[in-house]
Formats: sequence, structure tokens, C-alpha cells
Amino acid sequence: MEHFVRLSGPVAAMPAANIDTDVIMPKTFLKGIDRLGLAVGLFHDLRFDENGALRPEFILNRRDMAETRFLLVGPNFGCGSSREHAVWGMLQYGIRGIIGSSFGAIFADNAANNGLLLLSLPPAQLAELAACLDDGAGQITVDLEAQRIETGAYAGSFDIDQALRRALMLGLDRIGETLTYTDRIRAFEKAYLAGKPWLMGGHGDERVS
Amino acid sequence: MSAPKTLYDKIVDEHRILSFDEAGGAGERLLLYIDRTVLNEYTSPQAFSGLRDAGRKPWRPEASLGVVDHVNSTNPDREAGHLDDGARRQIAYLSENGRDFGIEIFDLFDSRQGIEHVVMPELGLVLPGMVIAAGDSHSTTYGAFGVVGFGIGTSDIEHLLATQTLVYRRLKTMRVTVDGRLAPGVTAKDLIMEVIRRIGADGASGHAVEFAGEAIDALGVEARMTICNMAVECGARVALMAPDDKVVDYIDGCPRAPSADLLERAQIEWRTLRSDPDARFDKDVWLSADDIPPMVSWGTSPDQSLAITDVVPDPEALPPARRADAVRALAYMGLAPNTPLQEITIDRAFIGSCTNARLSDIRDAASILKGRKVAPGVRAMISPGSSGVRSAAEAEGLDRIFIEAGFEWRRSGCSLCLAMNDDSLAPGERCASSTNRNFEGRQGVGGRTHLMSPAMVAAAAVSGRLADVRTLAVAS
Ligand code: SF4
Repeated sequence: MEHFVRLSGPVAAMPAANIDTDVIMPKTFLKGIDRLGLAVGLFHDLRFDENGALRPEFILNRRDMAETRFLLVGPNFGCGSSREHAVWGMLQYGIRGIIGSSFGAIFADNAANNGLLLLSLPPAQLAELAACLDDGAGQITVDLEAQRIETGAYAGSFDIDQALRRALMLGLDRIGETLTYTDRIRAFEKAYLAGKPWLMGGHGDERVS
Repeated sequence: MSAPKTLYDKIVDEHRILSFDEAGGAGERLLLYIDRTVLNEYTSPQAFSGLRDAGRKPWRPEASLGVVDHVNSTNPDREAGHLDDGARRQIAYLSENGRDFGIEIFDLFDSRQGIEHVVMPELGLVLPGMVIAAGDSHSTTYGAFGVVGFGIGTSDIEHLLATQTLVYRRLKTMRVTVDGRLAPGVTAKDLIMEVIRRIGADGASGHAVEFAGEAIDALGVEARMTICNMAVECGARVALMAPDDKVVDYIDGCPRAPSADLLERAQIEWRTLRSDPDARFDKDVWLSADDIPPMVSWGTSPDQSLAITDVVPDPEALPPARRADAVRALAYMGLAPNTPLQEITIDRAFIGSCTNARLSDIRDAASILKGRKVAPGVRAMISPGSSGVRSAAEAEGLDRIFIEAGFEWRRSGCSLCLAMNDDSLAPGERCASSTNRNFEGRQGVGGRTHLMSPAMVAAAAVSGRLADVRTLAVAS
């Protein structure tokens, strides 16, 4: 997973509410069995027209936005389908952080698992930040270590869950961490299943008895 | 005496292996034991590749089931293929993973194949008090059984397979109490669409939502599944209902249900699966079922819906915060403000999806279609929620009613719910649909979706336009 400590780069505003994962990563790009080749799928139907030509009016297609690292988004960004491809596509495209007010819950978990930073700011702070952008675009610095966010005209701090912050900064192996509790999991499982024998049947048995 | 608890907190507490926090309460970070999962061919491949790369094995392979549902064709002639290369590869990889890791797979030709959230309950694999996490957002469906069900992404599928656990953050709780009774012609789908319309697409964001009240108690288990399924469209991470005798009756007799003896024992515990009378919820919402009308969506977010008797909204008349989204939605949907919803003509009609393709849904739609014909120019299709539902419907002769009305009687799968297969809308085509999401492009690039109940889809199909099911007398 990616590490995130401190990063500066262009930010693009996409203020519409409820931008869902179908829009972020359309279904045509979900037919793989690996994680590759998803950069082209990111916002595909917004970026390209029916003939595959770039839509010049879409913000990420602007010349000054070629190296976009951050998005400033509207409420409930990433709602909808659980497809992690949406997050993989973001990172492959080069987006490293998304700043908004609320996010789809599964999208947020997926982001955390891949090192994509999601920042939830209070609506007033978000509006202030958006107002500093020129025509929906600008440069921004996010310092996760110091929990600071800065543009040319704005500087402020943000709150973030500390476990998430640590994971983003260190890039932890989550499965490996959980497996350090193997004995606790086994002990729990044994007692739990013993107390609820009707759960013992698995998918492999026709009927538990 | 311990403090009163919500049903959600009781189930989470039962599955908490350890807590990473001192504090507890909403926001607590904990290691949660997961009872079961269901895997599909499109969100699981990279999880299995991850296991292979790390040399890990599933913790408890018998707690997982794999089903092919998203990418397959629903063409009646399934045996002839109708798959693109990507779909073929994903289906083959699911089987390979099942074989290599000892996980049972229902492939395309299995008589139990179907949409994952239809297959799991009908097999009897969903039991009250469980925690079920799966790689699909509509895993909230299982809440109808008193189960904490929620969707996860592929990295978490890998974590779950490898450890039988998830690192979990306890949610806030919300209760939606629905008093009264649904009027004739009004269904669970209309109820949940009204809840979503009222609280908004992120109204339950960050919450586990418990549905309660006499209107919920009066519903059958399949109707309750419709509500819990679609609760994710208002941001609910978990939907829950206290299990009752109807739930036990539903489970009893399912092929994988516990034996009668075990069911007897289990029931004693299942009866305690309800929120304590004085339990506190972080949010409370009340509504009356009495005045809920048949609903249809007009926009591109599930909260953009109205009574069928209403007119397309005028963005100018909406609160400023909702205006820009409404303008955009109307442009995409090709609709003018103030058009009566019942004047909107359709090109397609679709009954299917994990929201509304169970036997009771098919019966509801058939009662409207009996003795009627699909309007000229409308292409109508039904894809039963599982191969099992399809056979059960055929045993009742329901397939004849659909076919005689002019519907295509398809095989089972996600089909036109997300169009990751050969069922999709052409640009500009307008569809009356029993599915759950009207997002831009959801049913095909440029396709226009109107969400509604299966009976309302049937009414639209025979009318050639969105129609009020209550004005069509049920043929007998
Ligand atoms: S039917 Fe639709 S919502 Fe349900 S699992 Fe399939 S794609 Fe998802």
C-alpha cells in the first residue's frame, strides 16, 4: 500500500453530491482478475466522449490539471457499489487524497486499505477551501504528520482518526497485523462455536444435525 | 443490571474478539469475528490473488460460498455461452479458486446459481445473530433475519478469508419506526423509497439502521429483505430487524438450515435478539405507512423520487442546495419540469435484482400481468433472482403469465441491474425497473432508469408509460 506523509500538488474541484462508484469506475473496467490498467477507467465517461476523445470541459482534462493529486468533492462521494476498483483507479491515475465532507462507507474503508487519504472537513472549512481555488483548481499541500492543509491563500488544520493516520503514514500490512492475534482468534472461535452448535454447519454440508 | 442495548450492539458484542480501544461505544475499533461470507466473480479475484501471493490460506473455507451472478448472461440459452472474454476469465478463476482453496462454488450451470443475496437466504445460510460481510454493498439484505450484514471491498475480502475477522469500527445507531399499514398496491419497495426520499442518499451515513414498528412486523420476510437491501441507498452500513416467528418459519425447511433439534435450541437465543426497551439510538425517525403512495424515481440518485401521482420537480422550486444536482439529473433523464410522472413513456421494463426478484415479487407482478399485454414498442424482461426462484415460479405456472404478456423469461443473474453482462440499455433508452440504483449509466451508458416496485414495473410495461398500479384492477 501507498504511504502518505506530506504531499503537494494540483487539486481539482468536483462539487456534485453523491458521485457514485459507477461513475468513478464504470463497469466496463471491472472484468479483470488483477488490479492493473484501471487509470484509463477513472471517471471514464466524464473524461471521454462516445468516440473516445477527451472532453475538454471536464476538469481533469484541463492542461493545468495534468498532474492532479487531490480532489475536492461534494457530499457522499463514493457511495454505491463496493468495487475497490474505484480506489485502485484513483491511485493508478495519480490521485493521492480526496477532501470532502462525507464519503460512502465502503469506499472509505477501501481507501484506507490502499493508502488513499480521505479527509472529511466540516462544511464551513470545505467551503473556505473551495473559495480559495481559482476556477475550481489550484495547488494544495496536505501534511498528514502535522495535520495541516495549505493553499496559497488558506492554511488550516484537520482532524483525522489516529489509527488511520498511523496506518497511512506507515503503510501497514493489515492481514499480517491481525494474524499476530491468531491465538486469540482461535480461542474465541472455539468458545463461540461451541456455544452455538447450529452455526457449525458450513456451506459444504447439506443439513447440519 | 447492565445498560440497555440495541440489537446492533448486542450482535457486535457477541462477535468482538478484542477491542483496540479503551473507550467502547460508537467509533470503537475492534476485531470482529465474521460468521459467513459469499463471494462473487468480480470483486473476489484480487483477494484470492493476494492470498496466493502471500502464501496464505482461508481460515475457515466452509464459511464461504462462491456464486457467479454479476457478469453472466441471462440469455435463456445459457448453455450456448453468451460470455465475453473478461466474464469467461472471471468465472473460470472463481472455480479455480474454489478448487484450490476448498470453497464451494455454484457455477453457471448449478441449479442453485443466482444472485448472491437471493441464494444465501434461500439456502438457509443466513441465521439470526450472525455477522455476514461480503464483497457487495447490498449485503445489508441479511438484516431481515436479525443479521449484521455489510458490504466490504476486495482488500477486506482478503482479510476476511485469511483471518475470519475484520478490523471494525462500531457504528452509530438509528431507528426507523414505521407505524400503520401499507395501503393496497403499496409495497415494501415503496416504503424504503419513501424513507430514502425523506432522509436523503446520505441520511443514514455512518449508522446501523434498525427498522421497527407494526408496518414492518406485518411484512413477510422477503418484503423485509427488500427494505434492508435498499437501506444501503440512504447510506446505511447495516440494516437490521428483530427476528420473529416468520423468520424461523422461513429458515425451517431450507436445504442448509440447522436440524429441527438445533433450530429448537437456537430459537431460545434468537428470541433475545431485539433491542432492549430503553435502548438509546443516536437518531430516531418515525413515519406512518398509511400515507405512503406507490413511488417512482425521477432522477439519478435513489433519493430523487416521488409519488407516481406527482409531477417532475422544478429545480427552481427546490432548496438551493439541491438545485444544481436536480438540473443535472433532469438533463440526463431527458425530462422537463412539471411533466406529470404518468405521462413519461418507457422503452424497456425490467423485473429483477437482489432487491425485487424473489418469488413474492414475481407473484405480485404476475397478478398485474395476467390477461394483459406489454404495450407495443416496449421490450420487457424478467430475470428471477435465482435459478431456484425461477424453477419455483415455473412450478406455479408464473412463467406462462409473463411469456403470454410478452415478457422475456430470462435466466438468473444481476442482469440489467448493473449491465455488466449482455443485458443493457442503449443510450437514451428509458426503463421502468425493479432494481435499486438509478445512477447515471448504471443500466448502460446513457440509459435512463426509473426505480419502482415489481408490480409498478408490470403496470408500466402494459401501459407503455409510468403508471399507477392502483388504477389497474387486479385480474382474477
Ligand atoms: S442484483 Fe444488482 S444490486 Fe444486487 S448484487 Fe447484483 S448488481 Fe448488486
